[in-house]
Amino acid sequence: MSIKGVVAFEKKGSLKYILHEMKPRGKMLTPFNIISIPIIILGLVILVIRFVKGLGAVTNLSQDYPWGFWIGFDVVTGVAFAAGAYIITFVVYVMRVEKYHSIAKITVLNGFLAYVFYAGALILDLGKPWNIVNPIIGNSFGYNSVLFLVAWHFLLYMMAQLIEFFPVTAEWLGWKKVKRFMSTLTLGAVIFGITLSLLHQSGLGALFMMAKPKIHPLWYSEFIPLLFLTSSIPAGLSMIIFESTISHRVFRDIIDHNSHTPFEDIIIGLGKGAAISLFIYYFFKAIIFIHGRHWSLITDWWGVWYFIEVFGFVLLPCIMYANGVKSRNLGLIRSAAVITMIGIIINRLNISVITFNWNTPVKYFPSWMEIVVTLMIIFIEIWVLRWVVTRMNVFNYEDSH
Amino acid sequence: MNRRNFLKAIGAGLFSFSDEEAAAGTKNIKKEFIGVLTDTTRCIGCRSCEIACGKTHNLLVPDVEKDNALEKERSTSERQRTVVNRYKTEKGIFYVKKQCMHCWQPACSSACLTNAMLKTREGPIIWRSNMCMGCRFCMVSCPFNIPKFEYNKWNPNIVKCDMCWDRLQAGKQPACVEACPTGALIFGMKKDLMEIARTRIYRYPHKYVHQIYGENEVGGTGWLYLAAVPFEQLGFRTDLGNLPYPEYTKEFLYAVPAVILVVPPLLYGLSLLTENDKEDKL
Ligand code: SF4
Ligand code: SF4
Repeated sequence: MSIKGVVAFEKKGSLKYILHEMKPRGKMLTPFNIISIPIIILGLVILVIRFVKGLGAVTNLSQDYPWGFWIGFDVVTGVAFAAGAYIITFVVYVMRVEKYHSIAKITVLNGFLAYVFYAGALILDLGKPWNIVNPIIGNSFGYNSVLFLVAWHFLLYMMAQLIEFFPVTAEWLGWKKVKRFMSTLTLGAVIFGITLSLLHQSGLGALFMMAKPKIHPLWYSEFIPLLFLTSSIPAGLSMIIFESTISHRVFRDIIDHNSHTPFEDIIIGLGKGAAISLFIYYFFKAIIFIHGRHWSLITDWWGVWYFIEVFGFVLLPCIMYANGVKSRNLGLIRSAAVITMIGIIINRLNISVITFNWNTPVKYFPSWMEIVVTLMIIFIEIWVLRWVVTRMNVFNYEDSH
Repeated sequence: MNRRNFLKAIGAGLFSFSDEEAAAGTKNIKKEFIGVLTDTTRCIGCRSCEIACGKTHNLLVPDVEKDNALEKERSTSERQRTVVNRYKTEKGIFYVKKQCMHCWQPACSSACLTNAMLKTREGPIIWRSNMCMGCRFCMVSCPFNIPKFEYNKWNPNIVKCDMCWDRLQAGKQPACVEACPTGALIFGMKKDLMEIARTRIYRYPHKYVHQIYGENEVGGTGWLYLAAVPFEQLGFRTDLGNLPYPEYTKEFLYAVPAVILVVPPLLYGLSLLTENDKEDKL
């Protein structure tokens, strides 16, 4: 917190300080604002229509496609990208690899916001969202439901992340004692959070286990949960690489450049992790393919599409990562990150939407309104993220000790 | 909610099925339950069942004289819990009534995170509006694509046959069974229906294919079908397998408590190790 901030805080008390901090800072007319504000407003209008007239008024969902883009992309893909938080907290707080300490806070923040917004998007998709209290307060539990497990884990995991991140907020508010106390909870929250993540990352895959007759057999396998879990690692790491590349441009002046490890080393380390985890993922995919005797299935366009996904978006970025790490080529690593991310999007959508109902003539494509709402969610998340990082000490490593 | 329930809630959130009720699970559900036998060789395609269903549940009452609905294959919809389709087969034209199969171990209710979709002791699967949150996971999971959703309402319902649960409570038969003029639908205990079906096949071995759809499909269903031609020709999926659908997620759900018991201590141990490492180095 800046000196001015401390003074303001002590003078006015924390509530006033927070109100003061709510005011936007910096230029309003940036290109990002000019694009995002109209989309956010449009998205909100669409949501009003959605809640007044029903889901059918704004989405292309149908009796054959009960789940579409909001679930397939926002929730299922969004949560995979948020996996970075559990990986980094594992490396930093459990394995105590100091090298990555400087990105721990920002990654946890990113993860937390991703859960709030992308897992939260689930609520927009509910026909009767007010009844969400039933499975939460214990009015009515569907113990055997995978979705029950996933939804609860989302909630608990958000709390764990809040605890992990709270020291930073306490520091911002100048609550020294609170900060010290909350810091002692970090390890517990981290361990709890990793356990939950392992379960709900795979749980998202388990959601589709009973859709066996509907998903193309090249994508359906009893190991979907395992595949979702393994692929969440490269997904999360690639997201960190992608995000940190952007934030290092955008937030250049608030990032602490004196942290112990040069930024380059961190990216290369993450790239190495991504290469290894992608290879394991690829290996699992190959085993499942061979074990399932899927050779007869690859003769049509679905087969081509399958190979595009596996070779073009799993094996290729894996090789790119490996080479990028070897030759310390950051550009190559970053391209690999982008390709991996596209591959994850393709994979999650293949299972949840694209190959869903492959054997029937009905098709689904998201309506423009579904896409606008998704963009709205992404933009609001970025707004909140920007608000937090320009106020709290997220990038600066030294102060948090 | 009292403390015990709360702890149960937390436990359930973590373990998802740690409650006795759930752990006992489907084992408690008697294999004996009520159902309906449809003899497709007796159905004349009059669609009286569709009309009766629409009237009973305040849904669409089709104008069977004029709507030409048999021209194309239909599915149940948010306005019709049951529909009759016409199939041209090697042995001529047949009509098949379609509705919820009332599975012995239903995918829909094991998918439902609020228990809104409920397997009753007696057999029918019912849906309860005040609990459902409209997530449509039941629709994703049902192998027969039966539950339908009202996409164009602010307060939408899931629409699905409940075997006329309210009428059953009042001691009546399902409306469609009562309305059927040819006796193509018979209501009763599954074991009795199986008996009738087997007898018919035994007596007229050339008239029927020697299979009762629903005997073992997806673990067995309450609604059963007899037919004169292979079921594929009548719009049935015969590739669904005999495993009850909830089994497909069991393995995952069983792994959950193990992960919760094993992973945290493991992580904690690791963190202690790495801490010691550091002290050694210093
Ligand atoms: S047919 Fe579908 S809706 Fe009916 S009980 Fe079986 S799974 Fe549930
Ligand atoms: S839509 Fe309703 S009945 Fe179906 S699974 Fe969700 S909560 Fe249960």
